[in-house]
Amino acid sequence: MYYTLNPPATNFNEHLINPNWVHLVPHPQPSMEEAKVDMVWDKSSLYKRVWGMGERILWAEGLHLSFGGVRALDGVSIVIRKGELVGLIGPNGAGKTSLLNVISGIYRPERGRVYFKGKDITGMPPHERVKLGIARTFQHGEMFHGMTVLEAIMLRLHPWHRGSIIEAALWGFRAKRWEVEARERAEHIIDLLELQEYRHRPVGSLPPGIQKKVDLAAALVQDPEVILMDEPMAGLSREEKEDIIRAIIEVRETRGTTMVLVEHDLEVVSDICDRVIVMDRGRVIFDGHPEDAVRDEAVITAYIGG
Amino acid sequence: MKAEDFLERPWEEVEYESTFPWLLAWRARKKPGDVAFRWKRYGIWRRYTWKDYYERVVYAALALEEMGLGIGDTAAFITFNRPAWVIYEVGAHLLGAKTVGIYRDSLSDEVGYVLDRSDASIVLVEGQEQLDRVLDSGVDVEKIIVDEAKGLHQYRDMIGKKIVTFGDLMELGRKLAVKRGEGFVRRKLEDLEPDMVCGLFTTSGTTGPPKLAMLSFKSMLAMAYQLNQVDPVEEDWEYVSFLPTAWIGEQMMSISLHLLAGFRVNFPETPWTMWSDFREIAPHFLFSPPRVWERIAKDIMARVEDADLIKRLAFKIAYAIGMEAAKRRLVKGRSKPPLPWRALAYIAYWLALRAVLDKTGLKRVRRAYTGGAMIGEDYVLFYHAIGVNLKQIYGQTEVAGIAVVHPDDDVRPDTVGKPLPLTEVKIAEDGEILLRSPAVMKGYYGNEEATKKAFKDGWLRTGDVGVLTDDGHLKVLDRAKELIKLADGTVVAPQVIQNKLKFSPYIGEAAIIGSGKPYLVALLNIDFEIVSRWAERRRITFTSYSDLSQKPEVLQLLKREVRKVNSRLSEKERIKKFASLFKEFHPDDGEMTRTRKLRRAVIERRYAGLIEAMYRGEREYELTVPMKLEDGRIVEVTKRVSIVDVDEG
Repeated sequence: MYYTLNPPATNFNEHLINPNWVHLVPHPQPSMEEAKVDMVWDKSSLYKRVWGMGERILWAEGLHLSFGGVRALDGVSIVIRKGELVGLIGPNGAGKTSLLNVISGIYRPERGRVYFKGKDITGMPPHERVKLGIARTFQHGEMFHGMTVLEAIMLRLHPWHRGSIIEAALWGFRAKRWEVEARERAEHIIDLLELQEYRHRPVGSLPPGIQKKVDLAAALVQDPEVILMDEPMAGLSREEKEDIIRAIIEVRETRGTTMVLVEHDLEVVSDICDRVIVMDRGRVIFDGHPEDAVRDEAVITAYIGG
Repeated sequence: MKAEDFLERPWEEVEYESTFPWLLAWRARKKPGDVAFRWKRYGIWRRYTWKDYYERVVYAALALEEMGLGIGDTAAFITFNRPAWVIYEVGAHLLGAKTVGIYRDSLSDEVGYVLDRSDASIVLVEGQEQLDRVLDSGVDVEKIIVDEAKGLHQYRDMIGKKIVTFGDLMELGRKLAVKRGEGFVRRKLEDLEPDMVCGLFTTSGTTGPPKLAMLSFKSMLAMAYQLNQVDPVEEDWEYVSFLPTAWIGEQMMSISLHLLAGFRVNFPETPWTMWSDFREIAPHFLFSPPRVWERIAKDIMARVEDADLIKRLAFKIAYAIGMEAAKRRLVKGRSKPPLPWRALAYIAYWLALRAVLDKTGLKRVRRAYTGGAMIGEDYVLFYHAIGVNLKQIYGQTEVAGIAVVHPDDDVRPDTVGKPLPLTEVKIAEDGEILLRSPAVMKGYYGNEEATKKAFKDGWLRTGDVGVLTDDGHLKVLDRAKELIKLADGTVVAPQVIQNKLKFSPYIGEAAIIGSGKPYLVALLNIDFEIVSRWAERRRITFTSYSDLSQKPEVLQLLKREVRKVNSRLSEKERIKKFASLFKEFHPDDGEMTRTRKLRRAVIERRYAGLIEAMYRGEREYELTVPMKLEDGRIVEVTKRVSIVDVDEG
């Protein structure tokens, strides 16, 4: 058969777009000739091959964190496997966001360690972790509201910026090329999440559902292996939620990205997640299949209030 | 004809005796590096030259042949305006197959109807949404080609078998081209005949299910040729392709006229960014149905209302000057207005109107056409007042789009223009307009009976009623079946009144009812965008369309607008009562065609109870209508509708 979806390596569309855009930053750069292409087709080889599905990729052991007298994390250990979509749920103040902040490096745990692909990243600053392949979205979409959607997305590529400040200020050759590549990457994400019509609109002026999508786009542009999403659907209408879910599934299916999803809505979690981790008062009280979670005594007590 | 010959001169006797692939092969050889079209993709306008276009058409043809498409087969498409569409369509033509377009918002039963009637074996769909509809339609096609390969994971098992992405189609074609490119193209080009049926076009279907009109290369090109004779298009002109791809109007611009005249076609990025893309390109000419012109005009009027005092005043003054100059040119005496008026209009244009045109992307427009339905005279004057050369055209799918057009120097708001050079127009005894030209269709596909009815002694019966003026202009009154006969025998053309109503920015759609009744009543749709802005300025709170449509303030507003229209109508044509509906007329409910023309019979049936109540003199009516949701489910909605007496209070 001629018309199969795989293998992606010899795809006609790929070479028309940019053969390396998926690996644009961590891998060798395409030449200017290759990067400048006037014709494009949609990539038909959507399904990026992901190796080592099911292996441990990100794990934490015995995390402790407290703010004054409040114990945010009380000996939390979790394992995230490659290719999984894990739901992280729990009542308010259970420590979900704290856990995410520890993993992404915003807080440093008092005790315990975080590993990514076998490497201890406990003491690593956040921007270094982003470069390793851990991206995250924020509960309140921590973006500069005056920036346009495009700028907000491109900003997240900053850890990879090449060239010095002076070069950037003088708009030197490398700075220019970097800008072009960054724009190209951002545009692919804009296309994936269908944000074209908002491209040049200030983030602050957009409806909340779109802002959340922009936040997701900004995390995705970093081409992460693991993406941590902090309540991407909180406070959204039903249609907006469905839109986000569709985007999440699309990303997962086409890129094989590992995902951790913090969410309140149990229904959403049991619909799309492979596994669910339930937290309460800084501890993990359940870890398993979503269907079992709703039947679990400890989970019910935590949710209804015991 | 030998392949060598038509690379020099790709037509037989006259220019329109040609085929699309011949013209394309000729253009690709003559001007390989010129831009044929652009597509906004990943934020940038990407160029496709004639050579790129040609090569891709060859790839598409090779791959489609491999999938079993051949002479006489049908290839369908349901897509937004994208390069893949034209490439696929001309590729199918190269194989001698015919194409049929389906409106991209059609529900699955409509998709099934067209697929079934046209015997389509291959379908090009835009994306997953249209793919779902083809799969749900119950019609089994051999291959489905998906252009935008997103959201396909649920069909993973079918990909590479029944479902093929457009990228893979191109890849397959490229591989085959390496093996047998040249000889293949030569053979295929030689097999084509100008008289072959190249496309099936759905008729608008205001009175019944759509029929499929068969058009040959020759008739499509004859139409483009004639238009190009009257209004020559230059090769460096820009055109934006944004109308439904299944519509004859878009087909004739983006395919037949494009290949014949060689301008640049621009494809917008997405349907949602269409208007900003339109503005970026600022086309030199465009063709749109009245609803697009109505939308742009209303948008301009609403934006002027929102502007600050100085700007508003500047526009009002400039508009008044422009209007007076336009009236002198188009209506009174129809001559060049005297010098002072021309000077004033010139100043008004440069100081105020030009900026408005720039904001809407109409600044470079040299010729603007409206057709497909009737436009209100007010709109024609409006556009000429602000400096857009809006010309009416008259035609229908059965004559490949255009039969009659306004000459540049003789635009009149009350006519649709003069016949094209090769077109003859005759008025039958009963007032029906008859047409004869090389562009007339071959008949309806698989419908002998309808074909017989469509022709009368070699003339095409249009089904429209009209008159020819002494100096050769055609005036169209309405569809013969749509004319309203009041109880006392007065005949009223509803479209004329509807168009007058629709000139009000607050009225989105209007249906005039009154067959066999003592007077006329109207069912109105508010224009949600503009009325909601109006309401917000007046601090009127509302939750939704249906809530806003029944607000007493809004009904008062509509009453004022209807009165304004009434004052310009004769006694019998006046609207006595109206109701503002809580839902918009919608093609999904069968109330409109996909090209947004009202289907009066359906409307009269669906709102029969309400109409009865209006004539009984009731003040309110509890209206129940079934509404079709996008997924095909039907829900019944019941709400109170107030009936407003126009002359009261």
